[in-house]
This record gives sequence, C-alpha cells and structure tokens, in this order.
Amino acid sequence: MRGTPFILILIAVAGVVFGLARWLDNSYAFFVGYVVVQYIVLGTAWNILGGYTGYVNFGITAFFAIGAYSSVVLHKLVPTLPLPAMIVVGGVMAGIVGVGTGYLTLRLRGVYFSIATLALAVVVQTLITNWDFVGGARGAYVLRPRTAPLIGGGYIDYLFLIMLGLCVAALATARAIERSSLGFGFAAIRDDEAAAEASGVPTLRLKLIATGLSGGFMGMAGAPLPFYVTYLDPASGFSLNYAVNAIAMPLIGGTSSWLGPVVGAVLVGGLQEYLRVTISSAVNVLVAGVLMVMFVIIAPQGIVGLFQRKRR
Amino acid sequence: MDVSLDLLMNAVISGLLLGGFYAAVSIGVAISFGMLDIVNIAHPAFILLGSYVAYIANTMLGIDPILAAVIVLPAFYLLGMAVYQVYYVAFERRDDQSLRGLSFFFGLLFIAEVGLILVFGVDYRSVSARYIGPSLQLVLFDLPWRLLVPFLVSMVMAVGLQVFLSRSFLGRAIQAVAQDQLALQLMAANPVKIKRIAFGLSIATASLAGACLIIIQPVEPSIGREYIGRVFAICVLGGLGSFPGMIIAAMTLGIVESLTSTFFGPSWAPAVAFGVLLVTLAVRPSGILGR
Repeated sequence: MRGTPFILILIAVAGVVFGLARWLDNSYAFFVGYVVVQYIVLGTAWNILGGYTGYVNFGITAFFAIGAYSSVVLHKLVPTLPLPAMIVVGGVMAGIVGVGTGYLTLRLRGVYFSIATLALAVVVQTLITNWDFVGGARGAYVLRPRTAPLIGGGYIDYLFLIMLGLCVAALATARAIERSSLGFGFAAIRDDEAAAEASGVPTLRLKLIATGLSGGFMGMAGAPLPFYVTYLDPASGFSLNYAVNAIAMPLIGGTSSWLGPVVGAVLVGGLQEYLRVTISSAVNVLVAGVLMVMFVIIAPQGIVGLFQRKRR
Repeated sequence: MDVSLDLLMNAVISGLLLGGFYAAVSIGVAISFGMLDIVNIAHPAFILLGSYVAYIANTMLGIDPILAAVIVLPAFYLLGMAVYQVYYVAFERRDDQSLRGLSFFFGLLFIAEVGLILVFGVDYRSVSARYIGPSLQLVLFDLPWRLLVPFLVSMVMAVGLQVFLSRSFLGRAIQAVAQDQLALQLMAANPVKIKRIAFGLSIATASLAGACLIIIQPVEPSIGREYIGRVFAICVLGGLGSFPGMIIAAMTLGIVESLTSTFFGPSWAPAVAFGVLLVTLAVRPSGILGR
C-alpha cells in the first residue's frame, strides 16, 4: 500500500506523544492531551466533508452525541464490552444517521444540507432528553474502571491511547482520500458540481460516502466521552463548543489538506487550555469563534494555505 | 391520552397565535435567505439581541418592550447594513459564500451567544407589561394577550413589508435583486446598495421579533438555537421569498407544535420543525407556494 510509510510515521509520532505523557506522569497532561487529540479527530472528520467536498455540516454535536450515547446504552446493557467495540458501534450508528440525512437533503443545494444538519442537532438532543433509559434531561453516570486494561496505570492513560489510535486512523483515512480517485471526485464536487455531474462523476454517491465517513468518525470521537467525563447530560453532550471548535479548527488550520485540522486543533486547543488556566473558562470558548470569524475574513486559506502560498 | 374537543380547539388557537409570532421571527430570513440568497443562520442571535435590548429598556427605564423595539429599530437597521458590508467584501465579492460565508454567520451566532452569557448569565430573563397575564375572554375560548400582542405586531409588520415591497420603487428593486441582478444593473441601480438596504431591513425586523419573543416566554442566551430549525423550516415550507406562503407555513408549524406539546408534552415540540423541514426538502423543496 502506498500510504504505509505515512501510517508508520503517524504511529511513531503517536507513540512518542504517548511515551512523553507517560514520562511526565501527570494526569492533567493526559486530560489536556485527550481533548486536543479529540479535536484533531473531530476537525479531520468535519474536513472530509466540509473541506474536500465543500458541504458544511453544522450538526457535529448530533453525530458526536450519537457516539457518546450509544456508549452509554451499551455500557448499561453489556457492562463488560470493551471500549473499542463501543467505538465501532458508535461510529456505525453516527455514519448511518449521516448517510440518511444526506440522502434526503444532499440532492438539493448545499445550504439545505447545512440547515438540515443544524436542525438535526436540535432533534437528536430532543430525542435524548426525552429518553429515560439514558437518563433523559437528568443525565447518566458512567462508572469507569479504576485501572486501564492491558497497559496498566490510570484509566485516563487508556482513554488517551484509544483517542490517539482513532486520530491515526482518521488522519490516515483523510490522507488516503486526498490521494485517491475518491479525493479527486470530492474536489470536482467542491469546485463545480454541475460540471462534475456532467463529466460522469457520481456526485450523490460520493457525497454520501463523504457524509458517512465524516459522521462515522465524529461518532467514534464521541464514543469514549462518557468514560472521560463519567457524567453525561444532554446540555454538556450537545454543547455548541464542540461544533464551533470542530469547524473553527480546520478553517483556521486550512481546509485543503489533512494537515490543516491538526495545525488548527493543536494551536487553538492549546491556546484555549492556556486561557482556561490563566484567565477564565468563559473567555476560552469565545476564542475559537472569534478566531474563526477573523480567519474566514482575512485568511480564507488558513495557516497551511499561508505557508503554501509563500513556498510557491 | 384524553382527546377532548375543548383541548383540541385551545391547542389549535394557541398554535395559530404562536404561528403568527413565528412569522415575525421568520420574516427577516424570508428577506435575507429568500430574496437576497444570504443564508443568515445568525438571524436568531439578532432576535435574541432584540429581546435583551427590550429587557434592559423594560427593567431599567420601564418602557414597554414593543415601544423599546420600535425605538431601537434604526440601530438594528444600521447593524444589518454593517454586517452586510462585511459579508459582501469578505465573501460575496470573492464568490465564496457557501463554505466560509456560512461559517462566518455560524461564528457570529456563537459569539453572540457566548457574549450574552458573559453579560447576562444563563438565567431566564423576562419583561413586565400590562398585557402579560390577562386574557381576552370570548364566548368559547380565551385569547391570552401575551400571545395576541405579538401576533398583531407580527401581522402589522408582514403587511407593512408586503406593501413596501410591492408598491415602492425601493421595494420593487429589492424583489428585482432576487430575480435578476444583472438586469437591475442595466437599469442603473446598484445591486449592492439595494441588498445592503434589504439586509438592514431584515435585521431591523429582528428587533421587533425579539421584543415579541421576550413577551411570549422568558429568554436565555442559548434559546436562539431552537429557532434556527423553525425559521428555516418555515421559510422553506412557505416557498422562499413569498410572504403569504411564509405566514401559512408559520401558522401550520405553530399549530402542529402546539398540538404536539398538548398531546405529547412540550419537550417534544422542538423536534417538530425538523420533521417538517426534512419532509419538505425530501418531497417538495420549492415549498407550498414556491415559484
């Protein structure tokens, strides 16, 4: 496979990051690391649809929460089920919802899809709030094991490792798409959908693939959340912060390549964490929104785009 | 579940009144999205801004919320013109409306919400006025003034804008922008200027709609998100840019929501708009009175 060296490099980097966090032996490092890596996954997932095909998904929280709440359900039904299995289930559920929404709305102009995803977030939240089995509006507690399976140490170590694994998978997928005929099809849709359709690009099928992959990765990123927070209620699971961050980070980093969401997530995520510690948690959520608006106005190609232009 | 005729009738009537209010909320989007093709998903944020302005005027100065909204109408108009200017320079001129233009409005929505939380906190705020509380008692049913006043304000606004758009030169120019921008340019009118005025008008309606909102229910900063689905469901169902269609759609949604909350519980009401939106997009994307 052509992408194998890239995947090996990713795994090596993830291994170094994990080793570093272990060496620091500070659970705060794991908590921060988890959040940043989670945003790399969310941003990459959003970018597969938004950056590559140009269709804007605002319903990130819907997909993310579907993943999170399918873990809550599975944990209640089968407490012994290992986390990776829950992640697969969460991803599949979110992917199915993505394809379903896409099938109904992607044949129309792109804005209708965006509006439908905005409304989707509200409707999934309504469903969860009314569903007593997962705690309804009161929320659900998830007891996580004290120690991590396989690797030992705190459970947060394990969650961080899982999230790093997901991140490697998401980035490898994104880069593979960029270099395959699938990616060229996506780019054709983004640049001129009518021309792509006329040239025989199966636009609807490609858009559905992108929506399914994108939603699936968002669901997978959400699946470990109940174990990370241990208490999940609809208000926090559907927090607008997730949506804004997942859109802001690729737009700030640059939407044209897999590197953009990584750069955006590390910079913005790091900055937010710094502000949260030094100033206040209210200011840190504003940062992503303000930076996003500034970047789309002043630097529409993002940080990666700025460097690419200089190199040329 | 006990379906009595009395309950049904009350639900339908309050749904009609609620729908009238939804028309006030949607009319701005009917102008910006329906006529100017600007997908202003931040419109509910401007409405909430209107609610909080009415709240401040009401609690600090004791002014009637509707009157306060009328007073700040010009400020909202100017705000809308300023937002359009930024949008035009940054996105429309670069022909980059879809991805980054949408993200721009999404960012505005978020900044407004967090800003309101920072200033006012997450508590529910409400206003006081003489018509909040009592009802107009008719033979068969009661009409609460709290719903009736926003309904009337909304209808006055819709009729006024309809007359303005169909009779005045400027109004016709706005409708022309929606149909053929190039032809308008050939008539020596500047489409950017006309769109700026129209967008200003659409944001100005948010001031009145915001006052109506805080009369109907207490307001907190994240409530705006519930209205995004509603507003766009109404605009799409009504056929973009048609006021009569929009009013029919708003009342339909109001009645369906009111029936849902009467018979299934109010916590299910937010899901109704999404259902309506999805079915419309899947079955008849041009809306009930679409062109």
